[in-house]
Amino acid sequence: MSTPTTTQTLTFARAITEGLRAALEQDGTAMLMGEDIGRLGGVFRVTDGLQKDFGEARVVDTPLAESGIVGTAIGLALRGYRPVCEIQFDGFVFPAYDQITTQLSKMRYRSRGRLEVPVVIRIPYGGGIGAVEHHSESPEALFAHTAGLRVVSPATPQDAYDMIRAAVASPDPVLFFEPKGRYWSKGEVTLGGPVPDAGTPGVLDTARVARAGDDVTLVAYGPTVATALKAADALAAEGTSAEVVDLRAISPLDVPAVAASVRRTGRCVVVHEAPSFLGVGAEIAARVSEECFYSLEAPVQRVAGFHAPYPVAKLEHEYLPSVDRVVDAVDRALSF
Amino acid sequence: MRRFGPLETTGDRTAATTQPCPAGAVSEGDRVKIDATGGSDVAPADVTPLVQLVAPDGSRVAGPDDAALRERVAHLTTDDLRAMYRDMVLTRRFDDEATSLQRQGELALYAQSRGQEAAQVGSARALAAQDYVFPSYREHGVLHVRGVDPVDRLRLYRGEDHGGWDPNEHNVHLYTLVIGSHALHATGYAMGIQRDGLVGTGDATRDAAVVTYFGDGATSQGDVNEALVFAAVNNAPVVFFCQNNQWAISEPTTKQSRVPIYRRGEGFGIPSVRVDGNDVLACYAVTAEALERAHSGGGPTFVEAYTYRMGAHTTSDDPSRYRDLAEEEQWRRRDPVERLEALLRAEGGWDETWAAELQAEAEAYGERLRDGVRALGAPDVETMFENVYATDHAQVTAERAWFREYESATAGEEVAR
Repeated sequence: MSTPTTTQTLTFARAITEGLRAALEQDGTAMLMGEDIGRLGGVFRVTDGLQKDFGEARVVDTPLAESGIVGTAIGLALRGYRPVCEIQFDGFVFPAYDQITTQLSKMRYRSRGRLEVPVVIRIPYGGGIGAVEHHSESPEALFAHTAGLRVVSPATPQDAYDMIRAAVASPDPVLFFEPKGRYWSKGEVTLGGPVPDAGTPGVLDTARVARAGDDVTLVAYGPTVATALKAADALAAEGTSAEVVDLRAISPLDVPAVAASVRRTGRCVVVHEAPSFLGVGAEIAARVSEECFYSLEAPVQRVAGFHAPYPVAKLEHEYLPSVDRVVDAVDRALSF
Repeated sequence: MRRFGPLETTGDRTAATTQPCPAGAVSEGDRVKIDATGGSDVAPADVTPLVQLVAPDGSRVAGPDDAALRERVAHLTTDDLRAMYRDMVLTRRFDDEATSLQRQGELALYAQSRGQEAAQVGSARALAAQDYVFPSYREHGVLHVRGVDPVDRLRLYRGEDHGGWDPNEHNVHLYTLVIGSHALHATGYAMGIQRDGLVGTGDATRDAAVVTYFGDGATSQGDVNEALVFAAVNNAPVVFFCQNNQWAISEPTTKQSRVPIYRRGEGFGIPSVRVDGNDVLACYAVTAEALERAHSGGGPTFVEAYTYRMGAHTTSDDPSRYRDLAEEEQWRRRDPVERLEALLRAEGGWDETWAAELQAEAEAYGERLRDGVRALGAPDVETMFENVYATDHAQVTAERAWFREYESATAGEEVAR
């Protein structure tokens, strides 16, 4: 089903709202579940106004129990619905970790394809907002390590709009990581049109080149795409041409897109907020070494969080990948 | 496009009819003593209400408060009782055959339902065709009643399948091994039934509900407690059918709760009842009552079927390490299959020719099961890459291609396993 397109300037958060609205309008089985998502519109207001427009049966204020949210969403999906669950903050997804990893991810496999659980789990994630403990984490690798889940993270308002619609339409469970630090960034968004990913591959499983360049490939996703783009600006001023690849999807990983870029540039720097140890960057480093061994001018560099709990807000800007740390890593790659 | 019906938010929340009996369930070998002081709210600490319609000696129990429940089984004919008896006999035969198959190395593991046949058959017999079941992994009697093929029921235990049957063919979800997880799935499914507008239509062929089965140990799980919360606040048409078989592997119920298990349901504002789980008619009656409540918009019910796991937890377990033979012997005298036989004999429903035919049927059933299980092969190796995702996933596709290539390149070269 498609509707006429219009283009508006929207915040990242509002783009998701509009994507959810489109999904609710176009698919009668779609519904939203979460804590405070109804009358309040969610703590980040991403579901603002949706309960008023679609009713309490489709925009459900749930009890304060994350396993319950995901577990009942699985049951609703088994009955033919398409629940979109909101987890209020990254650090609060863990009560639902069991349901997500032992049940949601394996239901299709366990049933040999007889059962389908098209559940979307939205998780505001990442730091930089001066929050208290458990409100700034990046647990995406924990989920990407589990087969059966799709794990994605948009970096722009347009992708946020397109990818949430594609996620709701996907027959697979999707972990939808929203960079909460980018919620208030604005961009042009073309609304309407057909649901993306009507044919694959689409926004849920392909990377995009956010900025073209020749000397080094910066690989990022979610909140660090903006960091990488700023670093590319700084590098350009120094005469270095950086290409920025926005992964969009972590599972599946678009290895060909990364490899194509690195084969041209010969250098790869991965940037994410999650700890580097056993993280997405480690996987990319392994893939790049397998695919681009004879093109590499330097070892793959990683700019990421440390193997320490997310620090207090007063220290978080020392913990998070910064433009300076990205430029430093590029310098190391260039000087190797 | 699915229709969203109005959500039922009100309904009859009065507690199920119960009658009190001595704590610790059925007094040995006798009909229960009636304590006329009333229901659970006023029961003395040492008296736990228990619904029982047939005593261990096969005689009917007629307590002062259970007239409505007796009415629910009044229509059952001798043929109906024989059909229930047949369900229970075949379920026990299934149990015995599966246990033997495990001992012979044909199954990796098996979890017996022995002793719980009345709870399972009685409750399942109360279900309407459109109702949906979310079992744990020991509900072989429920699956029998719902028509799930006996061989399919053992694919999981043979290591041939993680499930084994088409859930939507019989309205029986797959066995769930993570204790209590499925109670949430059942509740969500029931919330879907509400949204389908299939609660309180007044049409018995359309109104639908869900029954989820779990054990006493599962009531300690967060997911079961969250399921009770979600079911209560949504008034969801779901019956929580807890088979308290006294043992969670080696842990007695005193390690799970300091109150009778059924009272946990009451704590969530859910009508709750303890029923004699070895009395098939009582289990049928309380489940029928609970389903009627669910179908009509009255919301969830918590049933504690007080029964006993006569066998081991699984074929890997050794109950002699944690419970004594006297206890097993005490419960053996409350055998649910023997109780229904006693009822049939007491009421002239027993016929030796019929009984002999049933035994012959059970023999043939066992033989078919043995042959069917032994005939199961291993699935094609590439199925391990199938149905991980509904749509293409680059890593799965690449790994399957690598594996295919590896298998083809190394065919006949295997040196060790």
